[in-house]
Amino acid sequence: MKRVAVVRFPGSNCDFDALYSAQRAGSESYFVWHRDTDLQQPDVVILPGGFSYGDYLRSGAIARFSPIMEAVQRFAAGGGPVLGICNGFQIMCEAHLLPGALMRNARLTYASRPVNLRIERTDTPFTCAYQAGQVITLPVAHGEGRYVADEKTLAELEVTGRIVVRYVAPDGGAAGVEDNPNGSINEIAGICNAEGNVVGLMPHPDRMTDPALGLTEGLGFFECRVLSK
Amino acid sequence: MTYRAHIRVVPRAGLLDPQGQAVEHALTALGFPEAQNVRVGKAIEVQVKAATRGEAEARVRQMCEKLLANPVTEDFLVDIEG
Repeated sequence: MKRVAVVRFPGSNCDFDALYSAQRAGSESYFVWHRDTDLQQPDVVILPGGFSYGDYLRSGAIARFSPIMEAVQRFAAGGGPVLGICNGFQIMCEAHLLPGALMRNARLTYASRPVNLRIERTDTPFTCAYQAGQVITLPVAHGEGRYVADEKTLAELEVTGRIVVRYVAPDGGAAGVEDNPNGSINEIAGICNAEGNVVGLMPHPDRMTDPALGLTEGLGFFECRVLSK
Repeated sequence: MTYRAHIRVVPRAGLLDPQGQAVEHALTALGFPEAQNVRVGKAIEVQVKAATRGEAEARVRQMCEKLLANPVTEDFLVDIEG
């Protein structure tokens, strides 16, 4: 059975959602505290959503220096699959596991609603359960999710196909103003590293994995597997 | 010697600053139409022990690069007092 480590920071609040979602997808999941230094031989690591360290200074800025992050960096560098959801994505950017940064939403609103997403890439450990171009609905819940990167980085992300999920219109077409909840550049909702094993996204697949809550379209993110190169 | 560092962290020029825009609109509504290009950042004060003022500034700049500012989105200014 696949072992999924969910890292808890002070202020994480989607840690149980991630733990539960991984279990629903058939994995054995367990918590790792941010002050630990050992991930306990996981197959997959998840950095969950929330407000680590109260979002003090910048979202994710302090969490990235937590003792466990050295182990996460090593695991990622060795090709281990790491998924960052919402605050987990912000921590990944601060930790330079992924390029760019997440800034305050363009319209100053805390965006808490379902959004339409197109799966742009299916050869990552977290999106291989989906079809390329598939449109799914997941909730977002964030005040700082506007993805930004310098022009060179952005061009590289686009050319090398590292945009994993993008905000789109309900029919999968180009997003209008209402479809992009935070003003992210190029409608970017989630990206991956050059190797494809580290994926971060602002929407919450962990909140769409139980039929009791409506849709289960997020479950695919937890059916992750280590892909052979 | 003990120095006091005044650090200003501001959003990078050219990046959208929704907080600054909101404050600008409020200032205009309050009768200050001359207020333009408002940018909202943060001020951080740090007391540092260092042999010289130059050493204090160099250490504070390292703090900014490592933690206090995000180079992707923010610029910083350092003033050393004392």
